[in-house]
Amino acid sequence: MNILEVKDLEKSFATQLAVDKISFQLGQGSIFGLLGPNGAGKTTLIRMVTGIFYPDSGSILLAGRPFAPQEDSIRIGYMPEERGLYKKMKIGEQAVYLAQLKGMSKSDATRKVKEWFVRFEMQTWWNKKVEDLSKGMSQKLQFVITVLHEPSLIILDEPFSGLDPVNANLIKDEIYGLARKGATIIFSTHRMEQVEEICDHIILMNKGKKILDGTVSGVKQQFKEDLFRIGLEGELPTTAETASFAVVGREANSLVVKIAAGHRPNDVLRFFIDRGQNITSFTEILPSLNDIFIRLVEGTPLSRQFEQR
Amino acid sequence: MKKIWLITRREYSTRIRNKTFLLSTFLLPLVFVIFIAGSVLISTQTHTRHRIAVIDANGYFKDYLKSDSAISFDFSPAIDSTNYEQKGCTAMLIIPLLPEGQKTNYRLKYKKQLGLAGTSDLENRVDNAITDHLIFEKTAISRSKLDTIRHNSDIAQIMSYEDLGKTAKASNSGISFVFAYISGFLIYLLTFIYGAMVMRGVMEEKTNRIAEVVVSSVRPFQLMMGKITGIGAVGLTQFLLWVVLLVGLAILAQGFVPASTWKEVQELQQAGQMGNAGAALKVSDMANRLYGVRSAIDGGTLLVIFFCFLFYFTGGYLFYSALFAAVGSAVNEDPQEAQSLMLPITLPVIFSFVIMSVAVQDPGGPLAVWASIIPFSSPIVMMARIPFGVPGTVPFWQLGLSMLLLVLGFVGNTWLAGKIYRTGILMYGKKPSWKMMWKWAFRNS
Repeated sequence: MNILEVKDLEKSFATQLAVDKISFQLGQGSIFGLLGPNGAGKTTLIRMVTGIFYPDSGSILLAGRPFAPQEDSIRIGYMPEERGLYKKMKIGEQAVYLAQLKGMSKSDATRKVKEWFVRFEMQTWWNKKVEDLSKGMSQKLQFVITVLHEPSLIILDEPFSGLDPVNANLIKDEIYGLARKGATIIFSTHRMEQVEEICDHIILMNKGKKILDGTVSGVKQQFKEDLFRIGLEGELPTTAETASFAVVGREANSLVVKIAAGHRPNDVLRFFIDRGQNITSFTEILPSLNDIFIRLVEGTPLSRQFEQR
Repeated sequence: MKKIWLITRREYSTRIRNKTFLLSTFLLPLVFVIFIAGSVLISTQTHTRHRIAVIDANGYFKDYLKSDSAISFDFSPAIDSTNYEQKGCTAMLIIPLLPEGQKTNYRLKYKKQLGLAGTSDLENRVDNAITDHLIFEKTAISRSKLDTIRHNSDIAQIMSYEDLGKTAKASNSGISFVFAYISGFLIYLLTFIYGAMVMRGVMEEKTNRIAEVVVSSVRPFQLMMGKITGIGAVGLTQFLLWVVLLVGLAILAQGFVPASTWKEVQELQQAGQMGNAGAALKVSDMANRLYGVRSAIDGGTLLVIFFCFLFYFTGGYLFYSALFAAVGSAVNEDPQEAQSLMLPITLPVIFSFVIMSVAVQDPGGPLAVWASIIPFSSPIVMMARIPFGVPGTVPFWQLGLSMLLLVLGFVGNTWLAGKIYRTGILMYGKKPSWKMMWKWAFRNS
């Protein structure tokens, strides 16, 4: 069953169309990456799914039923990019209060908060105030608040920004664990290496439109350029006179080759075997999501240059 | 409903436990009392008794200008305009022959000015002395006899009654004025002190950047309603504590201050009132009127007035707080932006005071009727009309409509605040205009 089904969702602000007829489905237990340059409409889309904005048109189905922001707020956990907590409130009280706002009873909320605090080794924090916490600590607290009420749909906007590797791994493990237990996770980020590592499924948005939708491996296959890296012993050939491939890059002990249309990797191997050269390795080079991302959004006025890895 | 209650409770309990709240609640009355005590102390310490030398060409002022604690007069012929300072006088009063029916100047000479109060006090005394002298000379009636006549002639008092066909009901514009004024003043005071607190409270989620999390859990209307009632209750709590503490401290102060100081203060007050001859009379007059009012209003009417006072006071307070919340949801972290948006909200309160003074004169007039129905002015104006009689001057339909509109107005304002909040909150750092707020309120978001 699809936990979330979005159909022809549209939202415009005074001057521009922020989300333009977006449709997608999310299965239960999947980790889903929502990608796109700044201003692509990701946050607007998320705000519609969390009930902060009402869509102009289109429909949102949550677990097969039309989404009702008030009743469904208990089924959704949202950690916005705009991080914040009540600075003057004690941490334990605050977590319980926010869970109660979601609709949990006080005793359930208190029990759950204590459980999570033990799991994250935060037991001593209960009576501290948020203003006494470091950025990383308050982010951990925010994650706890987001998932406390066991939502079936968890939306995380840049969840790892500002976390050290140890804490990032802690959160990452929790995300895997939640997905295993059946929660669906929407993960919005610019950090492509995290997407490749964590997500099963991605959607790429640009200028309010969906421009790519698929599994991570599927997308990579879709955008592969038939590039292979071949490791060779001895001196690298200066030229390769053949119709089956072209050399597009040279490294210390290997060549990067692009196989011409209609030919197969075997043709490359046969070429070097026929020349009597020893082959040490042969691997396909798949494009990174980062490359795909840049290729797709580059040149559009709203896109921003992303850091090249 | 449950979520509103949750928010109300959080707003109330976090604010009540706040250190600034505790400090201001308990320190302010103390500062107030210290300030008053200090100024009383200073005025008793620095109070000087003027000694004024008089040269009188008429010869009768000696009998009428009496020395007291504030001014003493010296008629000794040894003092003249050259040596009055050496003889210890602060000023010299020179009165020439005063022919009847003709304006004549008399002069006051001084090195150091007496001060405005001292001069007008002196002028009054001289005027009274002339009147007394003339009355005595023309009619042979002494001043004290005249005072007795004046006092004994104050025996007639007006009582107005509302005609209800068979029966008549006592009414009095005095009490309606008092009630309307207290109600209006309290609403004005509380909205001014705590309106800004509601406004800042509404901005709290924005400054703490938690708005998105909260709005994805509760509707903005619920958030606004919870905030307005929660912070409103904090305001009422603090205000009541202040009243209790001030009354308590005042009682306590009476025990501590030595009796001689009290006497001195009372003397000072009397001396101050001497200049204003009618003041003492006014005070007794006021007391009389209040007493008359109390006897004119029966228990049932008093109950209606009390109930209406509670209703309109809370209603007006919440109505205006909701307006402040709307402003708070429109502005961002900069409180200065709020200043310009706050003025249009406080103006109706001031207009209501003006309309109230009209309503007391003419409680059945169209201005009074409409102003007592429209929510912006109804808390103040209706309170001015109710003491005139509820089924009579104020028909039930008017009272009902006015109350309904006030409640609807409060809910409507809260709804408006919520609407503005939903869109306004997520736009950081942009200054809103009235046009934009209108759009936020009435466009689907």
